[in-house]
Amino acid sequence: MNNVTLPDASGYFGAYGGRFVPEALMPALMELEEAYNTYSIDPSFALELEACLRDYAGRPTPLYFAPSLSESLPALQVYLKREDLNHTGAHKINNALGQCLLARRMGKKRVIAETGAGQHGVATSTVAALLGLQCQVYMGEEDMRRQAVNVLRMRVLGAEVIPVKTGTKTLKEAVNEAIRDWVSSVNDTHYVIGSVVGPHPYPMMVRDFQSVIGREAREQFLALRGCLPGYLVASVGGGSNAIGLFHPFLGDPVKMVGVEAGGYGLTTSMHAATLSLGRPGILHGTFSYLLQDKDGQVLTAHSISAGLDYPGVGPEHSYLKDAHRVEYRAITDTRALAAFHKLARLEGIIPALESAHALAFLEDLALVCPPGTSVIACLSGRGDKDMDLVSGHDQVLEG
Amino acid sequence: MKRKTASKETAISRALSGLRPGGRKALICYVCAGDPDLMTTGRLVRVMAEAGADIIELGVPFSDPLADGPVIQRASNRAIGAGATISRVLGLVRDIRRDVEVPLVLMTYANPIFAYGVSRFVQEAGTYGVDGLIIPDLPVEEWPVLDDHVQASSMEIIPMLAPNSPDARLRLAVDRATSFVYCVSVLGTSGTRGHLDTARSLVARVRHFSDIPLVLGFGVGEPSGARRYAQVADGVVVGSAIVRQVERYGRDSVRPVARFVSQLRAAVDEASSSHV
Ligand SMILES: Cc1ncc(COP(=O)(O)O)c(C=O)c1O
Repeated sequence: MNNVTLPDASGYFGAYGGRFVPEALMPALMELEEAYNTYSIDPSFALELEACLRDYAGRPTPLYFAPSLSESLPALQVYLKREDLNHTGAHKINNALGQCLLARRMGKKRVIAETGAGQHGVATSTVAALLGLQCQVYMGEEDMRRQAVNVLRMRVLGAEVIPVKTGTKTLKEAVNEAIRDWVSSVNDTHYVIGSVVGPHPYPMMVRDFQSVIGREAREQFLALRGCLPGYLVASVGGGSNAIGLFHPFLGDPVKMVGVEAGGYGLTTSMHAATLSLGRPGILHGTFSYLLQDKDGQVLTAHSISAGLDYPGVGPEHSYLKDAHRVEYRAITDTRALAAFHKLARLEGIIPALESAHALAFLEDLALVCPPGTSVIACLSGRGDKDMDLVSGHDQVLEG
Repeated sequence: MKRKTASKETAISRALSGLRPGGRKALICYVCAGDPDLMTTGRLVRVMAEAGADIIELGVPFSDPLADGPVIQRASNRAIGAGATISRVLGLVRDIRRDVEVPLVLMTYANPIFAYGVSRFVQEAGTYGVDGLIIPDLPVEEWPVLDDHVQASSMEIIPMLAPNSPDARLRLAVDRATSFVYCVSVLGTSGTRGHLDTARSLVARVRHFSDIPLVLGFGVGEPSGARRYAQVADGVVVGSAIVRQVERYGRDSVRPVARFVSQLRAAVDEASSSHV
């Protein structure tokens, strides 16, 4: 599969991608693309990023064989790619470091970001503090409530968190407001998009920065087992941890599954299963699968996890879905919560609710795989941020 | 330097034919279709035409209008809530066309058009009497998705330029324009207060490449602002300021909007007769 050469020069992955943005952003996107093309082949930039990933973020992250989890799923041998052990607790730091170092080289003094679960906001605030950049983060009011600890972390790190009160007060609206800010501030501001979404070159650039996950995992698995894994599994919100894990394996005979948020179930309207139930459309500058009504109005997404609660998805995933290279499935809130508790009890690891969706899917995979199938699941982040939410749910369950 | 002038004659270019540097200036008025309801929109279009609008821009609401500020965002939400869809807006256009002659331009985002079906949309819009399209999230590079359909119709796409568009993009836009170019007078979303200097320098830069009519939009709040902008360009677009009247008066906005548009008309005409 010749995916390595995508996107094409216009920013398309097959039919998906492009740049559907107001004119004021076109010069900024072209400037960004040019800077990225320059620095992505500049050895001094690569060295700088590598050093930050190693000495500051804590890479490489381990590839951990989970014995008790594997025992509970007799067909599977489960390996966890421990992105939760990164500084700030999720894979988001890989991308934040890459983009902020790039922003500094471009001479930008200010960065803005949107955040759902808060992990991307925390990662961006962290790197902004490290590099001395001014930082403002847009976050839906509902997400600020769900992820209060991360709001506090961002403020402690010196970032300003701007509450977004429009619409559903979640991630989609936070992106809208961040883009509106950027339209007015492009001259001195870089917009650090948190996933493989948005206009070209973001889906390509964020994928490249997150591909460190898959490069390491591939090398680690080969060293441990002397062969390739049977499956890769990762949660899909915008799709950055999933594409980061998948991309370096796209040319290999390895099966891949992206797990979306099924919310209350796919027969309800309360879910965020964009690839499972959406139709191609345009949101936030890119042509990709989208949850929308028949008139093209974007629908409200729902997930227990703020990081998956998004009606769009990265264009490369849409391409990989249509090409039947990656399979996309959905897991409900209830099953994600159960997987959250299961990993905590069996392995002493509290996963992010986002990652718990990928873990819950392992149960489905175990039913169809021959014994001895090896799988790498991306543990994209740790669950500290979700403790309030989970205790709230458990009280509801008990009461 | 080769300078480009308007090429093919369209309803819009005919309406703007009096507009040349120093000549009569154009007034373009925007309302969001379906805000507060489609019947009121029909009445608003009629009175705006009577009060002297040269072109009327009808917004087809979208849930995520990225180029718009709070005023038009709220109008879009009201319109979606009131059930405005592309097919209903096209129905309204067909209806309006029976007694309104001013050129009508639809302003919408790419996704509603895609959802409706590009070829069906362009075909129906052209047949029902739409003269042009303004799509703020469709930069010239992405026009190919519409081009073939539009070229086969009586419609045109109107390119937008921003204060930070580099010369290469100015040239690209004027090359693609049929009857005029929409210059966004501020670096920002609609409703942001404009800066005359920013507007003036953008217009001067485009003028260097082309004699095609240039209109300034975004940031025109009152008649005095319209007059100043009209002195700089060939016309002005007033959106948020009109929508604010609709927001305030709802179904009773027909008279206040008519009065406001007459004031804008007078201000723009003053600019046409005064020397810059
Ligand atoms: C821990 C974690 N995992 C996954 C995601 C989903 O994002 P993506 O699909 O871009 O990896 C998020 C987003 O906030 C997150 O915080």
